[in-house]
Amino acid sequence: MRIGIDVGGTNTDAVLMDGQSVLAAVKTATTRDVTSGINTALAALQTQRAFDPAAVYAVMIGTTHFINALVEADRLAPTAAVRLGLPATASLPPMVDWPERLVEAIAGRAYLCHGGHEFDGRRISEPREDEIRQVAGELHRHGIRSVAISSVFSPVNAEFEQRAADILTGELPGLAVSLSSEIGRIGLLERENATIINASLRELATRIVDGLVGSLEGAGIHAPLYLSQNDGTLMDVDFARRYPVATFASGPTNSMRGAAFLSGAQTCAVVDVGGTTSDIGVLRHGFPREATTEVSVAGIRTNFRMPDVLSLGIGGGSRVRGGQGDVTVGPDSVGYRLAEEARVFGGSTLTATDVAVAAGRAAIGDPGLVRDLDRSLAEAALRRIASDIADAIERVRTSPDPLPVVVVGGGSILLPDEFESGPVHRPEHFAVANAIGAAIAQIGGEVDRIFPVEPGRRQAVLDDAKQEAVDKAIAAGAKPGSVRVVEVDEVPLAYLPGNATRIRVKAVGDLQLEGGRG
Amino acid sequence: MAERLITEPDLDDLAAGAAVLGTGGGGDPHIGRLLARAAIRAGGPVPLVPLGEVPDDAVAVVVAMMGAPTVMLEKVPAVEQAALAVQAVAAYLGRRPTHLICAEAGGVNALVPVVAAAGLGLPVVDADGMGRAFPELQMVMPTLYGLGATPMSIADEKGNRGIFDTVDNKWAERLARSATIDMGCAAMIGLYPMTGTQAREALVPGTLSLCAELGRVAREARAAHRDPVAAVTSLLGGVELFGGKVVDVVRRTEGGFARGEAVLEGFDGRHGELLLRFQNEHLVAVRDGEVVATVPDLICVLDAETGAAVTTESLRYGQRVRVLAAPCDPRWHTAEGLELVGPRYFGYEHDTVRVPTGPAGHPHAGHVESGARA
Repeated sequence: MRIGIDVGGTNTDAVLMDGQSVLAAVKTATTRDVTSGINTALAALQTQRAFDPAAVYAVMIGTTHFINALVEADRLAPTAAVRLGLPATASLPPMVDWPERLVEAIAGRAYLCHGGHEFDGRRISEPREDEIRQVAGELHRHGIRSVAISSVFSPVNAEFEQRAADILTGELPGLAVSLSSEIGRIGLLERENATIINASLRELATRIVDGLVGSLEGAGIHAPLYLSQNDGTLMDVDFARRYPVATFASGPTNSMRGAAFLSGAQTCAVVDVGGTTSDIGVLRHGFPREATTEVSVAGIRTNFRMPDVLSLGIGGGSRVRGGQGDVTVGPDSVGYRLAEEARVFGGSTLTATDVAVAAGRAAIGDPGLVRDLDRSLAEAALRRIASDIADAIERVRTSPDPLPVVVVGGGSILLPDEFESGPVHRPEHFAVANAIGAAIAQIGGEVDRIFPVEPGRRQAVLDDAKQEAVDKAIAAGAKPGSVRVVEVDEVPLAYLPGNATRIRVKAVGDLQLEGGRG
Repeated sequence: MAERLITEPDLDDLAAGAAVLGTGGGGDPHIGRLLARAAIRAGGPVPLVPLGEVPDDAVAVVVAMMGAPTVMLEKVPAVEQAALAVQAVAAYLGRRPTHLICAEAGGVNALVPVVAAAGLGLPVVDADGMGRAFPELQMVMPTLYGLGATPMSIADEKGNRGIFDTVDNKWAERLARSATIDMGCAAMIGLYPMTGTQAREALVPGTLSLCAELGRVAREARAAHRDPVAAVTSLLGGVELFGGKVVDVVRRTEGGFARGEAVLEGFDGRHGELLLRFQNEHLVAVRDGEVVATVPDLICVLDAETGAAVTTESLRYGQRVRVLAAPCDPRWHTAEGLELVGPRYFGYEHDTVRVPTGPAGHPHAGHVESGARA
């Protein structure tokens, strides 16, 4: 048996699963300390379906706690950024494009040192040990306990980041070090930004992860704990203490993956219809398609992997306006006041929920209160919703092949049973899809670098990259025979000679449950 | 006429417009914008001088970034590097530069002269050498006027400098390309030294204020819930060729250039398809089997809703885009111009197809005086 837990901003959901079946599913309130909400959820699972804690072999947790800490600029540690790249990059020092408020929140300090590589692996300059020792002295003087290290082209060669980390921790034992080569891809400022954010969350991560481990032990569960990452794969607790930033987008990812699992579809579109918005994303081979552009988090440009999710202003509480010919739905919504303002609840605002009830799609509130509503208007509004959502599905598609659509969320009653792109699935247990997404997660390995591809060597280079991704997954704890490559992407770079091609490969495998790191 | 200044708040519009004139290439101007901001914060706003007001005896130098924009995102150039390239060529000439010139108004190079100018305390001429983006350094209007790219300087971030003095501009491209690779693919160059008289004859006028204006009209259209693509099309005096969804993208590398093709399918209810052929920039548009626009005219691919420019590198399945074509400077359509930048130069076996001029008239006809505020 395994347990999946999703700690959202409002609710903490938990599921107990055995193989493919959901044995118990509960929903409780999230608490500020995270852990007491989890204790409540674990107890509720026991109540719903008694289980032997010793029979639980793994616990997977997805949490939005760390991204919320950044958005609220709260609970962040004083942080320094050390960049290796001089004499290059000096004009745009670390945090140059950050909102002032967040630089203050982390008491951010930036240091520029020699080092860095060229795109083809040559060195820009040698790192200088005395320079880095001097930075260590500065960190000590300012009481900084967490540092982000970036080096130019470290995705090509990470040796200098590692060397700087060794020197700094040699001088300052106990210093928390975050390396940019472990976090992001090509694009110095964006990768560095993600690394600095990570560094500022390290102390919070240690507290939270220790708390989670404590909660499980309190419940008698001694199984290994994993946290969900942005891409839907797992990290162990040691990694989670060091790379909290890798949890940032685990919420939508887990929800999409959970929904797909429940419907049995590996490649599908997932539409999550809430009260105010609908989130639409695509899964390919069970994993969300990632955004290819920079993603802004709390006003900071980053380039770590985030699922490509499209949000539309359509939900159960969306206001419906106009007549049959010119009906509009949303983007404004009565939101959480649905139970007071919607017509079916005796209110005076015509909402998307009201038209669904009037058209006979659902029985919510008092259907009698919308009996006078023009049926053709209700149907026009629902057609409008269906066409907007179908449009959004078209936009997130990754190929012209038929694409099943999985709909979840309280507002999914607004949607038809079929779209042009394929049939609609409405799985059970969708209310706890996030926790299920956490529980089914696998272990991944990834390669993302610029490779010189000589004529006739393309296949060999791709094969090497695939093997490297597979090896990384196994090193991270995947069962060797189960690892498969789920994504290969190659883009020749503009204006760059020597057939330089950026190759990204992702491999995933099942958790190694016994022996090894399991 | 009051002096126009490029200040920090102008940079967003300038960068957004430069991305449009980049016609899919030229590099993401984001880093250029950050560098220009840093340079202006340190050195103050940069005067923008209309081409017609550059004195006859001015010593004007083109300054640009050479290499791979993707590298620039990682090995971020220094403000001083751009200034160094200008100083190196000036030292070789034994003349003090009085004005800086933009090589290409499309992409990151629209911002590089602003970076150098703020660092050196010099004005920038409101003009450029292409009126768009092209991949090689001889592909500028001054080549058509017999001006030499050299003496030309190249500078890296380490302090290395080189001077080329070549027999023609294609040699300058070839030698500088080799040096750029050795320097790590993000070099700054100072080239095409010219007098004010030569500049007035050989440059495409008004293009930096056109960038700022393009950025502004798109931004204002978005804010007012009007159509930003239409606003951009009209300002460029172009026509919208197609609106649709990207349904196929194929890329391959040939002869050092990333060559690709994208197929677009019309939005609901509108049939037909558009084939885009691109290398570093969008070069040919084929609608339902008929070539409807080619280089040297501008083929711009914009996000269907926001009007933001879509680069060739970021084209992918499912994007909803609108494609517009706009006339280039007419001098590119002369026999000499087409030999330098026509479709056959890029390896396409057909003649150029000119886009009909839209109602707003030619974009480079000096209309930018009105309302431009770069």
